[in-house]
Amino acid sequence: MKFLTHNIKHVTCIQGFTCARASSHFTYVPDPVDTKITSGNVTKFNMFQAITNAMDNVLEQDKSAVLFGEDVGFGGVFRCSLGLREKYGKHRVFNTPLSEQGIIGFGIGLAVSGATAIAEIQFADYIFPAFDQIVNEAAKYRYRSGNLFSCGNLTIRAPCMAVGHGALYHSQSPEAYFAHTPGLKVVIPRGPYKAKGLLLSCIKDTNPCIFFEPKVLYRAAVEDVPEDYYELPLDKADILIPGTDVTLIGWGTQVHILKEVAGMAKEQLGVSCEVIDLVSILPWDRDTVFQSAKKTGRVIVAHEAPLTSGFGAELAAAIQENCFLSLEAPIRRVTGYDTPFPHIFEPFYIPDKWRCFEAIKQITRY
Amino acid sequence: MIEYSKLWRAVSTVLSARKVCVSRVAKFSSTSKLHNFSNELEIIDPTEKPNVAAYKILGNDGTIQGNESYFAQVDNETNLKMYKVMVELSEMDKVMYESQRQGRISFYMTSSGEEGSHVGSAAALDPEDLVYAQYRETGVLMWRGFTMQQMMDQLYGNIGSSDKGKQMPVHYGSQEHSFVTISSPLATQLPQAVGSAYAYKLKNNGKIVIVYFGEGAASEGDAFTALNFASTLECPVIFFCRNNGYAISTPASEQYGGDGIAARGFGLGISAIRVDGNDVCAVYNAIKKAREYVLANNRPLILEAMTYRVGHHSTSDDSSAYRSKTEVQEYELNNNPIQRFKSLLLQRKLWSEEQDKELKKQSKQLVLDSIKKSESKLKPSWKEMFQDVYHEMPQHLKDQMKEVEDHLKIYKEHYPLKNHV
Repeated sequence: MKFLTHNIKHVTCIQGFTCARASSHFTYVPDPVDTKITSGNVTKFNMFQAITNAMDNVLEQDKSAVLFGEDVGFGGVFRCSLGLREKYGKHRVFNTPLSEQGIIGFGIGLAVSGATAIAEIQFADYIFPAFDQIVNEAAKYRYRSGNLFSCGNLTIRAPCMAVGHGALYHSQSPEAYFAHTPGLKVVIPRGPYKAKGLLLSCIKDTNPCIFFEPKVLYRAAVEDVPEDYYELPLDKADILIPGTDVTLIGWGTQVHILKEVAGMAKEQLGVSCEVIDLVSILPWDRDTVFQSAKKTGRVIVAHEAPLTSGFGAELAAAIQENCFLSLEAPIRRVTGYDTPFPHIFEPFYIPDKWRCFEAIKQITRY
Repeated sequence: MIEYSKLWRAVSTVLSARKVCVSRVAKFSSTSKLHNFSNELEIIDPTEKPNVAAYKILGNDGTIQGNESYFAQVDNETNLKMYKVMVELSEMDKVMYESQRQGRISFYMTSSGEEGSHVGSAAALDPEDLVYAQYRETGVLMWRGFTMQQMMDQLYGNIGSSDKGKQMPVHYGSQEHSFVTISSPLATQLPQAVGSAYAYKLKNNGKIVIVYFGEGAASEGDAFTALNFASTLECPVIFFCRNNGYAISTPASEQYGGDGIAARGFGLGISAIRVDGNDVCAVYNAIKKAREYVLANNRPLILEAMTYRVGHHSTSDDSSAYRSKTEVQEYELNNNPIQRFKSLLLQRKLWSEEQDKELKKQSKQLVLDSIKKSESKLKPSWKEMFQDVYHEMPQHLKDQMKEVEDHLKIYKEHYPLKNHV
């Protein structure tokens, strides 16, 4: 398959500032490609290119598929749909008026009538106007109609998480709001290879899915990605580093911090950490998490979102309920604080490697 | 962008009639609107434009006013079916309202006074046009052949219910009748209808989408955004607004400051028709024309049916707390869609008072027989509670279902298990 080439120096967001990454609170280590799932070409893609490539695959295979949202026509403010309108036509890749509730309501209607709908919300921070359409409508469509109607063909993509200087409305991680909504699937990738496979699974899945893309990885994460269509399981957490002393659980960007912290713990403390990328927030992979917790007896959950009622609370409660006899220390949560996401204070706000490292020290000394 | 040139023509006519000096007309690009300039500062006053008139052809006495084209396209059989559905709906409403009062069902909403707009519109549509409804459109589903028994089963939430007992009464839905399942949140169905219309346009399947909503729901953000999406994305959808004067207790005068809902079309580049909603024949003609328009042009259209909510908002509402009895009676007795249509049929010798009595008797009996059957049916198994949350059942829901099963083994006498399969 011929892929659309990108040559983007920087990305200009609607608000007018340039999203060039200023400082990095994590180090990206590429995922190895599973050679079993692909026979075709493998190309070095960053995450936005892997996502474009995934949507390119879908638009090519599925003639009912449409991609829409604010500014997706010219390629998107993060370049995720670059070249797709030219390739598939303005009826299949198009701009909508600036209204999130309209975008999701419209996407539900497309899906109800059998089309494959890929809706983009420009930033996860702006998904809230569509909260009613997502929670009251999309999530409950199949249930309330006795399976007569559903919007399972709807996938919502939205850039999420910290970006260095996004402040209150370009940094949020709203996954916990949606984790409380039966009927939805919520998925967050950690890099280009996972992003493509998981997005294709979300689009194929017969339930409405929200796919949050950590925006800081769009250009920072580069690795080998198969150009052909492939899917990765939505209900499976990944054990990235096996270990025996402490279980570290995260998702999205946070996974890369935890990987680095596991190295620091091994080197400086002689502690063996097992690093788990949860991948799917709803439904989440209980088996993998419980097995690891029972093995290590110590668990740290880390996420960028605020502490109170963050998804870490659900994990901690479930682990406590299911692994009580194996736990050697209280479950720790290293998260954003219970404040709005700040601008100049971002380095103090995020659950960076030093905060995670200190949590490992404490939990192993408990 | 022909619509904009039309819009411009309309604007320029108004402006020149008011002797405004138009100094320049500039066209910026293929996508921007026509802009014009004036050296005279003025505030555009919406009250200067006369109200959009409601199209009406059937007099309160049952005579057809204007031309008789209605009878050229609607045969006697269709007219009688329309009348029959209106009467059935009305009889069902009377019985079910009382049933709720007796505690037999938990909730009900009547369609009293609005039967004409349901049936007149449904009859003019293609039976496969997709319908999104609010909740007071039972006549549309009835017209399409959803049976009294199917409705009753939904009201009782028994094993025959389309939604498997999951929603409140009156939240009907039928894939077979192209009627999307009703949900309680107001106006959410509007942008969804636009999305479905877009899918139909891409499929080029010759079908349209119609979405019904009240004038109260039209105040929701979803209503504005739906109209805007339908206009910019050029979707074959009819927005059918039932303007019945009230949203629960709130009169329309507290709902909007403009000329109703039809007038909103102008600002969004959407054509509109206002129609007398108590005139079945006018509603039929209007929908027939609207359907042709949206299909031929891939454009939306707003159809505002002016009617009156004769009944209470729902069984949880006593409307005498906020409006006068004489106001209700005026519509019930002198401007009633069923009465007006009946007078027409009587005048045309298509119907007689004897037949009318018989129809009402039969309709009532059908309702009572259906109630009897519905009351004798069991409710779905409690396990249904966990079905259809997702397409497949995830492990955590299987675990929770098992939890209920184990719990019921110990505490079964405390739950109404005998009512369920």
